[in-house]
Amino acid sequence: MSDEKKGLSRRDFLKTTGIATGALVGGGLIGGLVGYNVNKEGQVAGTKGTGGGNEQHDAAINRGLMFFQKMEDFNVLSQAVERIFPEDDLGPGAIGLGVPFFIDNQLAGNYGSNVKEYMQGPFFAGESTQGYQSRLTRAEMFMHGIHKMNEEAQRRFDKNFVDLEGEQMDEILTAFQKNEVEMKGASSEFFFKLLRQATLEGAYADPIYNGNINMDAWRMKEFPGNQMTYLAQIENEEFMKYDPVSLSNMEH
Amino acid sequence: MATTLDKVDVVTVGVGWMGGIIGAECAKAGLKVLGLERGKERGTADYLMIHDEFRYGIRYDLMQDLSKETITFRNDRKMRALPMRQMGSFLLGEGLGGAGTHWNGHNWRFLPYDFEIKTITDQKYGKDKLSSDYLLQDWGVTYDELEPYFDKFEKTAGISGEDTNPFWGKRSSDFPTPPMKKTPILKKFETATSNLGYSPFMLPSANLSEAYTNPDGESIAPCQYCGFCDRFGCEYGAKTSPEITVIPTARKTGNYDVRFHANVVEVLKKGDKVTGVKYIDTQTGEEFIQPAEVVVLTSYVMNNAKLLMVSGIGEVYDPDTGKGTLGKNYCYQILPGATGFFEEKMNTFMGAGALGMTIDDFNGDNFDHSDLDFIHGASLSLTQPGVRPIAFNPLPPDTPVWGPEFKKASIHNFNRTLSVSGQGASMPHKENFLSLDPVYKDAYGVPLLRLTYNFTEQDRNLHKYLTEKCVEIIEEMGAKTAVPGNPLTNYDIVPYQTTHNTGGTIMGTSPENSVVNTQLQHWDAENLFVIGAGNFTHNGGYNPTGTIGALAYRASEGILKYSKNGGSLV
Repeated sequence: MSDEKKGLSRRDFLKTTGIATGALVGGGLIGGLVGYNVNKEGQVAGTKGTGGGNEQHDAAINRGLMFFQKMEDFNVLSQAVERIFPEDDLGPGAIGLGVPFFIDNQLAGNYGSNVKEYMQGPFFAGESTQGYQSRLTRAEMFMHGIHKMNEEAQRRFDKNFVDLEGEQMDEILTAFQKNEVEMKGASSEFFFKLLRQATLEGAYADPIYNGNINMDAWRMKEFPGNQMTYLAQIENEEFMKYDPVSLSNMEH
Repeated sequence: MATTLDKVDVVTVGVGWMGGIIGAECAKAGLKVLGLERGKERGTADYLMIHDEFRYGIRYDLMQDLSKETITFRNDRKMRALPMRQMGSFLLGEGLGGAGTHWNGHNWRFLPYDFEIKTITDQKYGKDKLSSDYLLQDWGVTYDELEPYFDKFEKTAGISGEDTNPFWGKRSSDFPTPPMKKTPILKKFETATSNLGYSPFMLPSANLSEAYTNPDGESIAPCQYCGFCDRFGCEYGAKTSPEITVIPTARKTGNYDVRFHANVVEVLKKGDKVTGVKYIDTQTGEEFIQPAEVVVLTSYVMNNAKLLMVSGIGEVYDPDTGKGTLGKNYCYQILPGATGFFEEKMNTFMGAGALGMTIDDFNGDNFDHSDLDFIHGASLSLTQPGVRPIAFNPLPPDTPVWGPEFKKASIHNFNRTLSVSGQGASMPHKENFLSLDPVYKDAYGVPLLRLTYNFTEQDRNLHKYLTEKCVEIIEEMGAKTAVPGNPLTNYDIVPYQTTHNTGGTIMGTSPENSVVNTQLQHWDAENLFVIGAGNFTHNGGYNPTGTIGALAYRASEGILKYSKNGGSLV
C-alpha cells in the first residue's frame, strides 16, 4: 500500500484519488503530474515536459541535479519532503511539485553557501533566542541531515530511509523535529525546521524556481500568483477565482 | 592611505527617507549635498518583476547583506552576545531608498501624549506608576511644535486617509488624498468595532488612493491593490518611497549627488566639530575621506548609533551607573493580536500594505490606566496586505505543522483567516540598550553593534490586556475559532516581528538626558546631526515613519539655519 504511494506514478495517483482527467479547474492538477515522477528506486522519470497544454511554462525541460551527487541522497530528500507535504485529494505533494529539484538547485547557489549570512567566527551554540549559530552552511547541513536520516533508518529499522513505510519515515522526521537526533554542528530540530521551510518554499515559489510545477500548489491554495492589479475587484463581496500567472509570463 | 575628496556643504550617511528629506531640503536651499549610500542605485524600473514572494519576501533580495555587517544580540548582560547570522526579527534595509523602499506605508503621527509621556504619566498616575528601572522621559518637543512638519511630510508623501479618529492630535489640514477603498474584509472590522463601542477609521496610507502630485512636483500613482508591499518595491510608483519623491526632488536641483557603494566607517571629529566622514568604496576597497561643513547621520537606528560609538563621539551608556546617553532607551514594539478562522472564503490575497482600519481606543492614554499595571497601549488594526503562500500557512490550534493534516488545514484556511493586531508601545528600560560588541567585526574590521534586549513586565502586561481586546474584536467579526497570540516570554531574534526599532540616539533637552538636542543636533559637535527613529525616547503605539519624517523636516530647517549662522540651535 504505502510502497505504491511512494512510487507516486501518475496512474496510481489517479487511481487512488479517483480523479478523472480534466476534472479539475483549468486542468492544472493533472497537467502537473503528467510525466513527472521520482520513484524510490531513484529514477528521475520523464523530465521532459509538464504538459498542461501550456508549452511556454514547460518547467521541467532542463531539470537536473546541481548539488546532489548521489541519487541515494536525493531520494532520501524526496521521500522526506513528500512526508512533509504529501500528495492527497487536493493535489500533488512535494515530489509532484518538483520540490526536491527546487531544494537541490537552491543548495547549489547562494542559499546553500549562506552568501548573505554573517558566517564569521567565533561560533558558540548560544540560546534559542539567538538563532542560527552553526558554522555549517545550509548545503553542509542538508547533506549531514540527510545522511543522518539514513543512519537513523538503519539503526531503528535496519533499512534505508527510502525503503521504510511512511509511518516509519514519520517517526524519524518526528525525532528530528523533537531534537532527539544527535547531529554534528547543528541541532536536528534546526535542520528539521530548515527542511520544512525549504519544502514550503519549493511548493509555493513561482515555478521559475523549478518547484510548484504548473503552479499547481497555487491552484490548490487558490493563490493567483503574479496578477498586475485587483483595483477593479478589491471591493467585490464574492470570492474571486483566477487562473494563476507566473512571472515567466513577463519574459517577453 | 585614504584619499581626501573635495569638501561639500552637507554629507548624509545613508540615502533612505531621512537622507532623502535632508538632501532635498538642503539642495533646494542651494547647499551642495552629497549622499553616501553603501548599497546600489534602484528605482521603480527595477520592480517590474517584483511579484516574487520567494526572491523578495523570503530571501530578502532588497535587504541588507548580513555577510558584510550585522549586529550581535543577547537577552541580558549575563548572556554571551552572538551575531544575528540571518535576518529575522527585523529587516534591515540597504540601497537607495533604504527601508523606505520596502515599507508597508502605514503613516502615523505619534499622539500628543507620546511627546510628553513622562509629565502626563507623573501628573495623572503618580511618579511610581512604573518602577525607576523604566527610563521614561519627555521628548523635548510637543505635538503642536511638530504639527507643521507632520503636515509637510504627509503632503510630500500624498498620504491617503480620513480625519475621523477622535483620539489623534489636531490636524492643520485634511489628508492630501482620500482614504483607500473600504473592502468587505475591512467592513467586518468596522462593524465589529462599532458594535463594541469603538471608533474605527481608515488607516493613513502611503499606498495612494488616487494619482497625486506633491508640492515638489513629484508624481505618485494610484495603488493597484496587487498585494505586494512589505518587503517589496512598488512597480507602479504607487507606494510613496524616497526614490519617487525626495530623491528626484533633490537631484533636479543640480545641487545633489548620491555616491553608491560607499560604506561609511567613521565620523571624523576635531575639537568640538566634525570635519567629515571616512568611507570605503565597497567595490574597490579604497578608502576616502569626504570633508563636509555639516555631517548628517541618516542611516538606520542601528548604524547611526554604531557610527557614533566607533567614532568616539558622545558617552556610551553604562547600565551600572546610568551614566552616558549613547545607546540608551533602545525600544522595540509589543505586538498583541488574535487570529480568527472563518467559514467563508475571502479575497485575502488582494490588498495593499497599508490597506486597513484601526481603532485607537486602547492607544496612548486614550483609556484610563489607574487600575492597570502598565501605561500606554496600542493601535489595533485589521489590515489586508495580501497574503502570500510560502509565508502564510494558518493553522488552527493543535494542527500538526507538517504532513497530511498540515497540508489540508493550511490550504483550507489560506483564504479564510484574518488577524486583528496591535502596534504596542515599548517603554525604555535600563537593561535594554545598544553598545559595541567586543568580539565580532564587520567586513571592514569595524566592531558590530551589540543589542541587549528583553521584554519587561510592562510589555507583558500591556500585551496580555490588549490581546484580550483583539480576541473580542475578531470574535465579534464572526470568526468560528479565535486564537489569541502567545503570551510574551523572552524576546527572540529569529521570527519576524517588526522593523520598528527605536532609541539609542535619543533627543532631549540637555546633554545629561540625550544624545542630540531637539533640533537633532549633536550635543558634542554642533555641525553633526543624527536623524531617525533612534531619536525616539520610547516607542509609541504606531509605525514610526510619519514621526521620523516630521522630525527630519524640522531638522532640515535647523541645518539650513546652522549653515547660515553656526552655533547651537537651542
